Amino acid sequence: MTEGAFSADTMFILVVLGMTAVTYALRAGGYWVMGKVPITPRVRRGLEALPGAIIVSTILPIILQGGLAVGLCLIVAAAAQIRLKKEYIAVFCAAAVAAGLRATGL
Amino acid sequence: MLEKNVTLSLKGCTHGALMCVPVLPGIIALGAVFGTVAAQKGLTFLETVLMNSLVFAGASQFVAMEIYSAPLSWGTLIAMVGVTGAVNMRMLLIGASLRPWLGQVPSYQTYPALFFLTDLNWLLTLSEYDKGTRDWGVYLGSGVFVWSIWSLSVVPGYFAGSLISDPKTFGLDVVLPAFFAALLVPLWKGKRQTVSWLVAGGVAAVTWAIVGGYWSIFTGAVAGALAGAYLDD
Repeated sequence: MTEGAFSADTMFILVVLGMTAVTYALRAGGYWVMGKVPITPRVRRGLEALPGAIIVSTILPIILQGGLAVGLCLIVAAAAQIRLKKEYIAVFCAAAVAAGLRATGL
Repeated sequence: MLEKNVTLSLKGCTHGALMCVPVLPGIIALGAVFGTVAAQKGLTFLETVLMNSLVFAGASQFVAMEIYSAPLSWGTLIAMVGVTGAVNMRMLLIGASLRPWLGQVPSYQTYPALFFLTDLNWLLTLSEYDKGTRDWGVYLGSGVFVWSIWSLSVVPGYFAGSLISDPKTFGLDVVLPAFFAALLVPLWKGKRQTVSWLVAGGVAAVTWAIVGGYWSIFTGAVAGALAGAYLDD
């Protein structure tokens, strides 16, 4: 451990506090707003559609960036989930395929 | 449409924590890599721990560290806080989608608990809700558990970064996306999801191609939710 491991720069603490505040505002903000909005059937359907839409929007750029190998791993994960319905098996299969593909240099 | 029978129990918390076990290797690897990056950038141990445990949002921490340079100027400060907001914009939507479930829980419990909100425990919570669970310990337990693991995982990375210099070799970088892909499967119910996901995917891909970065999560998700909301049966 180096000298001053438990010291912190004042400006850096301000950065951390700013990042924390912004992130918490976003974490709590969406929840807070939906408490003010009347939850009509349309709003409820939108909220129900959000999870899937968020996952698709999160995964797709990862595939576009990671290329064929990553895309293949995620297809393996989804296929394993459809057949076996166990998340941990799906994750294990995907990681194993990724490690295998990288070992062969893909 | 608020749930009237939401409960909180230790059993629910434990259940939530256990559900995170399959992704632990992914979380630990990511946290350790952050520790390594922070050490390489010259952060002190305390600075690293503070950022990691208080911000608690992996992707935004990495992007902020890309911008970081010592000594810090006000411009760098604003840029780091700004990108954090951009990368974490999706939290607004994630939090919003929890309202129908947690809306009935007293505010003095939900607002502190929202500090622990991540994509992971949000998704676990919603998939349990889908199965009929009404014990929000699933949310709290998984959140606190993941936060604890995340907070600890940075330590070995900071002091012995070279151990896991490349998580890709072990396929650890696909653990989280693979978990998401697996959890997406039971969410599919029919035409509404097909349309909503296609719209989300299309908009996300176009956004990614044009501006890159993390905006695609936000634009794609909003477009998919709107499609879901306006697609009448």
